[in-house]
Amino acid sequence: MTVLRLASWSLRLSPRGLAVCLLLVAAGVAVSLVALSTGEFTVPVPDIVGSLFGRGTPAAELIVWKLRAPRVVTGLLVGAAFGLSGAIFQSITRNPLGSPDFIGFTAGAATGGIVAVVLGGSSWQIAGGSLLGCVACALLVYALSFRNGVQAHRLILVGIGVSALLTSADWYLLTRANINDAATAGAWLTGSLGGRGWEHALPVACALALLLPVCALVSRPLRMMEMGDDSAKAVGIRVEPVRAAAVTVGVLLCGVATAATGPVVFVAMAAPQLARRLTRSPGVTMLASALMGAVLLVTADLAAQRLLAPVQLPVGIMTAAIGGTYLVYMLRKERR
Amino acid sequence: MRLQGTGLTLSYDDRVVASGLDVAIPDGSFTVIIGPNACGKSTTLRALARMLKPRAGTVHLDGSLITSLPSKEVARRLGLLPQSSIVPDGITVADLVGRGRYPHQRLMRQWSKQDETAVGSAMEATGVADLADRCVDELSGGQRQRVWLAMALAQETSILLLDEPTTFLDIAHQIEVLDLCADLHEQGRTLVAVLHDLNQACRYATHLIVMREGRIVAEGDPAEIVTAELVRDVYDLRCEIITDPQSGTPLIVPEVRRRARATASG
Repeated sequence: MTVLRLASWSLRLSPRGLAVCLLLVAAGVAVSLVALSTGEFTVPVPDIVGSLFGRGTPAAELIVWKLRAPRVVTGLLVGAAFGLSGAIFQSITRNPLGSPDFIGFTAGAATGGIVAVVLGGSSWQIAGGSLLGCVACALLVYALSFRNGVQAHRLILVGIGVSALLTSADWYLLTRANINDAATAGAWLTGSLGGRGWEHALPVACALALLLPVCALVSRPLRMMEMGDDSAKAVGIRVEPVRAAAVTVGVLLCGVATAATGPVVFVAMAAPQLARRLTRSPGVTMLASALMGAVLLVTADLAAQRLLAPVQLPVGIMTAAIGGTYLVYMLRKERR
Repeated sequence: MRLQGTGLTLSYDDRVVASGLDVAIPDGSFTVIIGPNACGKSTTLRALARMLKPRAGTVHLDGSLITSLPSKEVARRLGLLPQSSIVPDGITVADLVGRGRYPHQRLMRQWSKQDETAVGSAMEATGVADLADRCVDELSGGQRQRVWLAMALAQETSILLLDEPTTFLDIAHQIEVLDLCADLHEQGRTLVAVLHDLNQACRYATHLIVMREGRIVAEGDPAEIVTAELVRDVYDLRCEIITDPQSGTPLIVPEVRRRARATASG
């Protein structure tokens, strides 16, 4: 830990954490540039920069600004939102399995979205449906696991149960839907960044702008609460309001992110874990988790587009493959 | 008195542990709360430390309702070593002890010179200064408990509550922790501890509170209140009280059970 002092002000920074964050920013920029530049039609990097400032060729401007940039930006923002949401819930439950992918919140958002698809909703209504589904599911899981306060392990078990229930509901809805809706919903269910425009990026950007300050405020109390409620209360933390604020922020981030891309699994689980191991921070690391989520998602999307080109995989398949591998690795390592 | 509870009704959900309980902690004392399992001793301590909201009654700190004071303000006056805490993965001793400074810090004052000094002297007092850069996960149970104690000390409160600080420690580490508590008391702090061992309580307490079934049965100087009758009434245990040859305090020697070996044959 390094301390920066100015008069009576002081800031505490971990040099390693700072370095990791800077590296992640660099990685994010690099991957984004590759994603903007490559594809069926290669746009050289100087042209990308030019088109960002409105001085590129019309073709480059169309491809970069209209087609590729919204997809990359949506990926970065959604990844960051999932990373933050995962960091919050893993911290609250003190368990890597406490991420929104496992405790049913993502599943709730997915079901909400599918209901909207089957009812023939527009893309805005699908987004609204999934946000609503996420909040409703969070309330349901919370209510079902409430018994003299919420215990982390019960929340996780109830969440897994509700997830399974919702997944079967998803497939039931798919069989009842007409073939076109079913195809749309099926594609949406795997989580995809295909065809995302600025209208998808904007809501996530607004949500992040509003909720990031709250994340920053609760991150230190959350870190203290990882030692147990009593220890946190003993040093003067008002545990219940902090937890309520953190849960609200986490559910909203997860819901907004899922609304934009569909349920992209494993980013919320893997990003905070990777961030924690890289920064070696004892406790939740909001900024690094958000950056890691962003980098993970755009990298996975790039791989999904290029790996089996010209076949385009939905990014959700890629993250599930990477995330699953990582989960198994983590469990193996922990048993030792 | 700086810390006292009046008319406390304490419960977990529907199970009432104590009702109408009055408890006052003498200033500058090393108070030990003792009693059989489930007598409400830890519950009482938790209520005094504002960890548990009483169903009825009030807790006052320095004359104010403890719930009316800002929580960080309370944390600058009253510290607690909880019964069980979770060690964050990979945290170092110095970092964990530093977390005790939270109530003295603000968003723009995250690590002052006072924080540095307080953490240093807390680690010095608990003998963990040499371990400062070690990971808490790697330490033994006794060392770990001293680190938690150091975190509570770094909080620099004049009142310190300890919920069963010796549980899970072997006898040598128990004595080590209690000796450390006695030192802290001598330096002028008010200490309140829940203990299991009556002999240790008698040895270290300047003020003993004996509880049974949510009521205070006796309180005062252990040398004056601990008698064979009291132990029989509170613990249903027949014993003899002798004088501890080391400390001169009461020492409880349980009676040897008369061997009722079955004599019947076949």
